[in-house]
This record gives sequence, C-alpha cells and structure tokens, in this order.
Amino acid sequence: MLKKTRVSSLMMGVLLITSTTVFWVSKQVVADDDGEKHGSEHVYSATLPVWKTECGECHIAYPPQLLPAASWQKMMGSLDNHFGTDASLDADAIAEILPFLEKNAGSERKYAAAPSKSAMRITETRWFIKEHDEVSASTWKRIDSPANCAACHTTAEQGNYDEDFIKIPR
Amino acid sequence: MRRFPISAILSLVACVCSTAVYAETPQQILDGLTQQAKTESADFQGFDAARGELFFKQTHANDWSCASCHSENPVNGGKHAKTGKAIEPLAPSANAERFTEPKKVKKWFRRNCNDVLERTCTAQEQGDVLTWLLATQ
Repeated sequence: MLKKTRVSSLMMGVLLITSTTVFWVSKQVVADDDGEKHGSEHVYSATLPVWKTECGECHIAYPPQLLPAASWQKMMGSLDNHFGTDASLDADAIAEILPFLEKNAGSERKYAAAPSKSAMRITETRWFIKEHDEVSASTWKRIDSPANCAACHTTAEQGNYDEDFIKIPR
Repeated sequence: MRRFPISAILSLVACVCSTAVYAETPQQILDGLTQQAKTESADFQGFDAARGELFFKQTHANDWSCASCHSENPVNGGKHAKTGKAIEPLAPSANAERFTEPKKVKKWFRRNCNDVLERTCTAQEQGDVLTWLLATQ
C-alpha cells in the first residue's frame, strides 16, 4: 500500500514538472527578444482547396488573415484587372472563395493600409511594413518581387511564416 | 470473423491515387479548336506550328509575349513576369498535365490573351500555338 502511494505521488510530481515546463516553453515561444509576438501567430492554417488552387497559381495563396474583409471583397470584385493582370474567375469559384476569405479575414485595425497606400496590397499594410522594417533595400533587390514570400519564408507554401523558417537569399 | 485483406485495399488505393485521370487529351482539345475555327472562319485552312511559334514569341498589344512568362522554349519551365513564381513547362511532352482540362485551358487563354493582346484569341491562334507546343519535344 505504501509502495503504491509513493509511486502515484512520484507520478504526480513528474506530471507537475512536465506541465510547468510545457507552460514555460510555450511562453518563451510567444515572446522573444525583439518584443514582437512569434510562434503560432505567424502560422496560418485556414485552408480551402479551391482557394489554394485558384489563388495559388501566379503567386502563393496569401493567408486570408493578412487583409481585412473589405479588401478581399474589393479584390474578388476586380479580378479582371488584378494589379495589372487578368486573373478573372468564374462566378462559381468566387462564390466559394469569397466567404472563406471573409470568414478568415484579419481585423480592419491591424491590417489597415499605410497612409496613401492601396488597401488591396498586403505589402502596403502598416502591419507588413512594420514586420519587415529590418529587411534592407539590398535584400529586397535580390528578390524578384515582394509578392514572392517564399523567397525568404521557406515554408510559406504551407502557411508557416514563423521566423525560424526564414532564409534570406544571398 | 473474416479478416479484411488490408494489403488488397491498400494496393487498390495506391493504384487509384497514382493513376492521373485527365478529362481530355491535348489532341481532343485541338480537335475542339478545329471545330471552333471552322465556325469562326469559312476558309479555315488548318493549323500551322511555325505560325504558332511566331505568335508565341512575338509581342502584340503590350510589352509581354507568351514567352515572357513561359520562356522561349516551352519544354523548359518559366517564371511569372510579375510575381516571380515558377511556371511548369507548357509543352505536353514535358508536362503531361498540360491541355487535359478544357475548363483550365479556356480560363488561361482568356486571361493571358487579355494580358498579352488586350483581346480574346481566335481559335486559329490558339490552335496554331497548341500545334506548335505539341510538336515541341
């Protein structure tokens, strides 16, 4: 009987230490030294097959979270002139994709366009500019286009923009 | 109780998954364009690979040609002129998926002709290009 009690208290102790460690580690992931949040915040898991295919043909299917719903509505209404190219889709595809974008859109506040910038470009939101403020002009020059997330975010195709997977091309 | 022949089920699944099912062949799509070209023009004389190649490499209304994104040699992959995203080869000899989905073919001719020519392409133009692509090894 005594032995059994000792075993169970030992197990409780192990459990307590393990859960405390997990809690501590997960807190470390969220706040690193630059004061910005990292970890799960930069991993976008919302997906829809038709969105992934249609929005991922000329560029990566950008996470719906990175623009507010109003921007997506405007974008899906003007695909025949999509940043200077015809990206038109049939009505069925739009009817499937737009609700998905709206449902997973980011907040109006966080993803607002920078002053006098387009509300339809992720790269021109205040959020994007701040997140990339340490990227030098020469680094940007080495990349075909800021639209090419995967040039540095090696796991962008999977929706993972965590800084652990960034590799700046030389 | 009867045991499930797991290995049989697995091999069936593997078989179904690995066999790519294409809606049409590029030849069927070309046949469709022939029909369309006959309707569009009474004196349709057939498609021409050399004319298709020229059409593909030339600029038209804008700065871009088809080759701007797809590269001059359709056996090679290309790169989107704006976003830099890699584009798989266009020639069916290099990429078996090409010209097998009529809806997709229609969508891309619509978009790309608008970008390159600022108009829709005729069935003659589409058929010439596809004839050249099919001849490219």
